Amino acid sequence: MYTQLAWRNIWRNPRRTAIILTAILIGVAAMIILAALMRGMVGGMVENAIDNMVGHIKIQHPDYRSDPDISHRLSEVDGISKALKIVLPESARITQRIRIDGVVSNARETAGIEIVGIHPESEIGISFIGTAPVEGSPITASDKNGVLIGAALAKKFQTGIGKKLVVATQRGDGESGSRAFRIRGIFHGDMEATEKAYLFISLPAAQRLVHEEDSATEIAVTLARETSGKELEKLVMQCRTALEPFNVSVYGWKDLLPAITAYLAMFDVFLLIWFVVIFIAMGFGIVNTVLMAVYERMREFGLLKAIGMRPARIIRMVMGESLFLLILGCTGGTFFGLGVTCYFAETGIDLGAFSKGTEMWGMSRIILPVINASDILFANAVVLLLGLLVSIYPAVKAARFTPVETMRQN
Amino acid sequence: MSAVTARDVSRIYTQGDVKVTALDKVSLTVETGEFVALAGPSGSGKTTLLNLIGGLDTPDGGEVTVNGMAFKTMSSSDLAELRLSQIGFVFQSYNLIPVLTAEENVEYILRLQGVGKKERKDRARAILDDVGLEDKYDRKPSQLSGGQQQRVAVARALVSNPTIILADEPTANLDSKTGDSLLQMMREMNEKHKVTFIFSTHDAMVMEAAKRIVSMKDGKIAEDKTK
Amino acid sequence: MNDLTLAWRNIWRHPRRSVLTMMAIGFAAMLLVFMLSFQFGSYESMINASVKLATGHLQVQGKGYNKKPEMRNVVPNPEAIMDKLSKTQGVDSVTPRSHAFVLASSDTRIRGVLVTGVDPEREKEVFTIPSLIRKGDYLSNEAGNSIIIGALLAKRLNTGVGQELTLLGQSFDGSIAATVVTVRGIFRSGIDAVDRATIQMLLTDFDDLFVMNGAVHSVVATVHELRQTEPLKAVLKNAPLLKPLAVLDWIDLTPGLKQSIQLDLVGGIIMYVILIIVVAFSILNTFLMAVFERTREFGVMMAIGTTPRRLVKVMLMESMFMTGVGLLAGMVTGALLTVYFSHAGIPMGGAADLMAQYGMSGRLFPRLSLLSLLVGPTIIGVVTFITALVPALKIPRLKPVDAMKAV
Repeated sequence: MYTQLAWRNIWRNPRRTAIILTAILIGVAAMIILAALMRGMVGGMVENAIDNMVGHIKIQHPDYRSDPDISHRLSEVDGISKALKIVLPESARITQRIRIDGVVSNARETAGIEIVGIHPESEIGISFIGTAPVEGSPITASDKNGVLIGAALAKKFQTGIGKKLVVATQRGDGESGSRAFRIRGIFHGDMEATEKAYLFISLPAAQRLVHEEDSATEIAVTLARETSGKELEKLVMQCRTALEPFNVSVYGWKDLLPAITAYLAMFDVFLLIWFVVIFIAMGFGIVNTVLMAVYERMREFGLLKAIGMRPARIIRMVMGESLFLLILGCTGGTFFGLGVTCYFAETGIDLGAFSKGTEMWGMSRIILPVINASDILFANAVVLLLGLLVSIYPAVKAARFTPVETMRQN
Repeated sequence: MSAVTARDVSRIYTQGDVKVTALDKVSLTVETGEFVALAGPSGSGKTTLLNLIGGLDTPDGGEVTVNGMAFKTMSSSDLAELRLSQIGFVFQSYNLIPVLTAEENVEYILRLQGVGKKERKDRARAILDDVGLEDKYDRKPSQLSGGQQQRVAVARALVSNPTIILADEPTANLDSKTGDSLLQMMREMNEKHKVTFIFSTHDAMVMEAAKRIVSMKDGKIAEDKTK
Repeated sequence: MNDLTLAWRNIWRHPRRSVLTMMAIGFAAMLLVFMLSFQFGSYESMINASVKLATGHLQVQGKGYNKKPEMRNVVPNPEAIMDKLSKTQGVDSVTPRSHAFVLASSDTRIRGVLVTGVDPEREKEVFTIPSLIRKGDYLSNEAGNSIIIGALLAKRLNTGVGQELTLLGQSFDGSIAATVVTVRGIFRSGIDAVDRATIQMLLTDFDDLFVMNGAVHSVVATVHELRQTEPLKAVLKNAPLLKPLAVLDWIDLTPGLKQSIQLDLVGGIIMYVILIIVVAFSILNTFLMAVFERTREFGVMMAIGTTPRRLVKVMLMESMFMTGVGLLAGMVTGALLTVYFSHAGIPMGGAADLMAQYGMSGRLFPRLSLLSLLVGPTIIGVVTFITALVPALKIPRLKPVDAMKAV
């Protein structure tokens, strides 16, 4: 009966209730939409970064990270791979690479570049080059003199498929080595920077270039998509133990991308601040509306008190009514927010107009919002809890009206 | 020229599906300087007629003129202007502006008329003195008794020197003594300044004081009797 | 007693309600003043960092050099152009630079890298790299055949201060350019991309090595105030001396910077719009109630001859007064907050590392400007006015007789 009473009470002034419900609805929806967009944006940043030949777990020579030189290569690649396969789950994908600084030149141009020796097939699903759109043909696993260059580099060098390039770098023995390669294909990356930064050859070709058979500078592991952060950490620890005899470093992606990791840590705080800000904006409205409703019914509360209702009960009554308002607004806002988010999730939000800007921050051009159940719960919890908290004020006011005072009024 | 004419005036209210005829083709002429009481039981159409004469409401049929001006052709702003300059209202429940003091409530009308500050103050105080509120200038309506509030309302109606005053049950909420002195005051104004008074009432004492009594019943004029 | 007094007293009929409404408006205004100051402040420090690190505000280059930097695409007469630029009102500093791709080799390592020829005295005036030397010294005209090098590059070349590097490249005329230089200093900017790929040498050495014959690749200028960049660029573009060359500003030189600022601004604006909409609905009830609970009073006022226009005016005065007080309070607190943090700075915590990669420090300093102070409150003012207008415009539609019947 109390619920019914509360329900009827909030609809005494339908227009006013509708307005405050709209405010709550928009606020909650805004929280959910923004959280989804930001998650999508940050998620895109992380994915891009991981996709950019970082992977979830990476094994390197202990000194390679601070000085990426061929002298800091992994020597027992096969042994390490075998040890890894024992520890890692079935679904994990493993690939080996050689990554070294080098110089690429043709008759007209010379540029510094990162030379990457890959197993083309095993890169699929691990890094962007496995699936990047390629003009011409991709390189094969045993291609001796084929090279894949980025579209931006091809343009800068005014070269094309079938033309020659000279690739030079330092060999394992310290001498400089250079070889001629033929452009097999031209790849397109998400960002222009990627297209200028990397040049891909087959792993055997790279090994020949540096004069080190059976070597690699890194082994990268990509795990199944749904792997959680905790599982990843556990796996990294297991890999470390398993690879102890080889004297190598094992990194999780969070170690490799400290800037993004730090940003992620701040992200939740940022969301909380945004939620609270939006709440404050509607909080004033909630207090005001409940207060107005309470003052209008001053006589009624006086009467209830006169017939013996305890103040605590009046407080509960008013709080119950505002709880109703909050639940209605939150439910509506959640559905509305989810609806809008789903709409955007279909098409994504194209930030093409700011492509250079998104590139600078390593973001994707198209943002696909990510709905995270905990964000939705969190937004609703913030509104419900803080909403009830601010309703205490009008509720206590209502409980304090004395019968005499209220009769005199009006 | 007559102060007020109403020709075949009708007013029909719709309440849900039910149509209530509050006024049924009523015709009435009041000459300048008359002191007219509209009598009759509640629901007989007294208040509706007063509202129509004051231009607060629009008839569903017929025509109202005040001092020769036909309401039909006037906009709501024109009507407001007319009320401001020619008509004074006294309502059953005093209807003062709650945030203004007694003096300010009276002054407000003069301000609307664009009267200068000094003159405004003098006239407002003079009229409040006339209705016996010389020591209550600064009281807000909530600090005045019912009778005092009604006097302020009368003062407010009189201060603009209207030619017609419409009063809807002015004594209904007052005790007999206060009602009597209010009535005396209204008579005085009528005789001294030739202000036309039309008021609705079912108070026998008020009817006693009237020179002409128009009795209404079921939205029609049942009897029109001049003493 | 006039309409203003009437409006003022009406506000205080419900002090709690009015104060809460003003607080909602004030809160939004405060937040917007602070946030916009914060955003503008961080944009300015981003631009400044980028401009002072390398690009300058304006550069004069050969046409097409920016898109496709070729050795032979030069500014042939740097002296004349520097003279012209330094005589232009608003230009702070001018310095010439040249760039060439070389193979740099130490005893054990070889790396391809872009080397820049600079005039150390002029670079020191405004640019930051001279002040970022961590080991050794910056270039000096007295010490020929020396270079400074980014810390990450030094590590990759396995070299240090006092050691020698061989530079090998192609000179202006196509012949081979080779020289041995000494590392005079190592700098660290915190931006990996810069620390990994920068070598600076004396412009005079560069000129000899690459047979430039006095030509340079760009003349870099900084201006006194950022906003002068655009008008100056327009003026310089039309100077006869610069006609055959290209005049570029920092936006052309780092398009990503401008767009990421726009992106951030757009993101911010979306958030502010949402906030303002929520506030508008929050306060709409107050304005609405102020009209509805006084319907009867309006009826009386109309009956005694107040025109509906006048009532609308009083109503709007009331709401605008509340808005005004709220906005003023919000602007004052927002400005105070901004001023406080513009001295103390706001530590960016986790984002600091990320920001360092773009040349920004870990603390951001909001900057109060007329723009950041007024834009937010103005928009809130307009929105609340519309919000107040909706209920107020219902007044003229009231019939006095119906209005007086209302409770």
